[in-house]
Amino acid sequence: MNEFTFIYRNQQNPDVQFSPEQMQGILKQWRDWMGSMAAQNKIVSPGNRLAFEGAVVRKDNVVTDGPYAEIKEMISGYTVVQTETLAEAIELAKGCPIFNAGGSVEVRSIIPMNM
Amino acid sequence: MKTENELIPHLFRTEYSKLTAVLGRLFGFEHIEIAEDIVSDTFMIAAETWGQKGLPENPVAWLYTVAKNKAKDHLKRNQLFSEKIIAAIKADTDESYEIEIDLSGKNISDSQLQMMFAICHPAIPAEAQIALSLRILCGFGIEEIADAFLTNKSTINKRLFRAKEKLRTERVKIEFPPKPEISRRLNTVLTTLYLLFNEGYYSLSQNISLRKDLCLEAMRLMLLLSENKETNEPQVSALLALMCFHASRFEARMGEDGESVLYEEQDTALWDQELIAKGEHFLSLSANDSQPSKYHLEAAIAYWHTNKTDSTEKWESILQLYNILLLIEYSPAAALNRTYALARANGKELAIIEAEKLNLEGNYLYHSLLGHLYTDVDNETARHHFNIALKLTRSIPDRRKIQEHIKKLQMS
Repeated sequence: MNEFTFIYRNQQNPDVQFSPEQMQGILKQWRDWMGSMAAQNKIVSPGNRLAFEGAVVRKDNVVTDGPYAEIKEMISGYTVVQTETLAEAIELAKGCPIFNAGGSVEVRSIIPMNM
Repeated sequence: MKTENELIPHLFRTEYSKLTAVLGRLFGFEHIEIAEDIVSDTFMIAAETWGQKGLPENPVAWLYTVAKNKAKDHLKRNQLFSEKIIAAIKADTDESYEIEIDLSGKNISDSQLQMMFAICHPAIPAEAQIALSLRILCGFGIEEIADAFLTNKSTINKRLFRAKEKLRTERVKIEFPPKPEISRRLNTVLTTLYLLFNEGYYSLSQNISLRKDLCLEAMRLMLLLSENKETNEPQVSALLALMCFHASRFEARMGEDGESVLYEEQDTALWDQELIAKGEHFLSLSANDSQPSKYHLEAAIAYWHTNKTDSTEKWESILQLYNILLLIEYSPAAALNRTYALARANGKELAIIEAEKLNLEGNYLYHSLLGHLYTDVDNETARHHFNIALKLTRSIPDRRKIQEHIKKLQMS
């Protein structure tokens, strides 16, 4: 088994408002998708959602409001899964509800730590 | 009203566990056999004396007096040993050392709790924890324990011996764990008590009254945990709620020939409404601010099942509970039950797609589920899966059920 990280990206669009029913629908999609992967015993960690507020710190203690305000797409969260191959991990990612909102999923292999 | 013949075994088991806990704590694991012998001797004398002279006015007080005196005698006779205890007591208090064996209600509960933590210790394997719990905490005989585990007395005796040895070499003390460790140690205790309950609930042993006693003992010990402020964490209430909901169906689960009656076929009039109400009580007590434990989720699911009436809300709720449960801890049973709830909430077609991803080929419940899902969708595939399920299970009621399904498919 190998581990892969899903990195979710989405655009923050203040003009888009969801009704409570729409929110419920979106929540169900995410929960069912996570549940589906969990039922296959492929979730290592459900991960976290990330708030859009934050900062970027560079050398010489330069701190800017982040993340990268000039880029419309921002990282909104991550999940860690386990599958035999990258291809399988990609298949899992295809079920992600984020596509309905115009977002994307980046799938990256985790390099195992050598102690 | 219990007859004298029923009263004595019941009394013996209850008081055996209390006396063994108190004396066991006094003597420690190094000398636990002494405590066990004293209690056994007490009951032997009781059986002989009461057999001849009839039941005393206060049987419990009689037992306590005899056991106390035997313990004191032993301590007095064994000079070196009692000096050690006296030194220990003197170190704690400066008072005189008349050895008082405290058999008050509070000390009995505290001793049983401390014994529970000591026995449900991560140093010994889970099956040893259960066997030792049954013997010391619940007063079961070796033969009864062997019957419950569907094994023989010699296996159980070895298991108990090795467990006590390990607890001795690890120098496990019969006391409450330090406060910061209670939560972690409680997890082990709860796992063991849940396993103990499931032994009674799912066991294939034909001894039905024994199986019921296992469930009731697990619940009694859980109740001790819930009544003590130090140990009454939300997950304790949650697990107790779960046990109440399951136990409420005990009567309905047993058919006339001792076979298990599946949920869908149970007579709901046989469900114990009092136990269900108790479960609801503990479920509400279990509400907390932090993340739900797996026991919380299982209890909530079990609560939905205390009502057979269907609704989309019911199955959607159960589906979401399984979604969370699977994130906390994967199990094939939860994966299969989640898929079934998905079928009831969102339709068979979707559930079939999900089921095919589960990868549980050797599991008869998996093929049973697929058979059920494919029924009236693709009957040939349904039959194929039911036939595999038939090959994979030896349980008679389950085979009967699968054969019924196959017959129905052949007729349509």
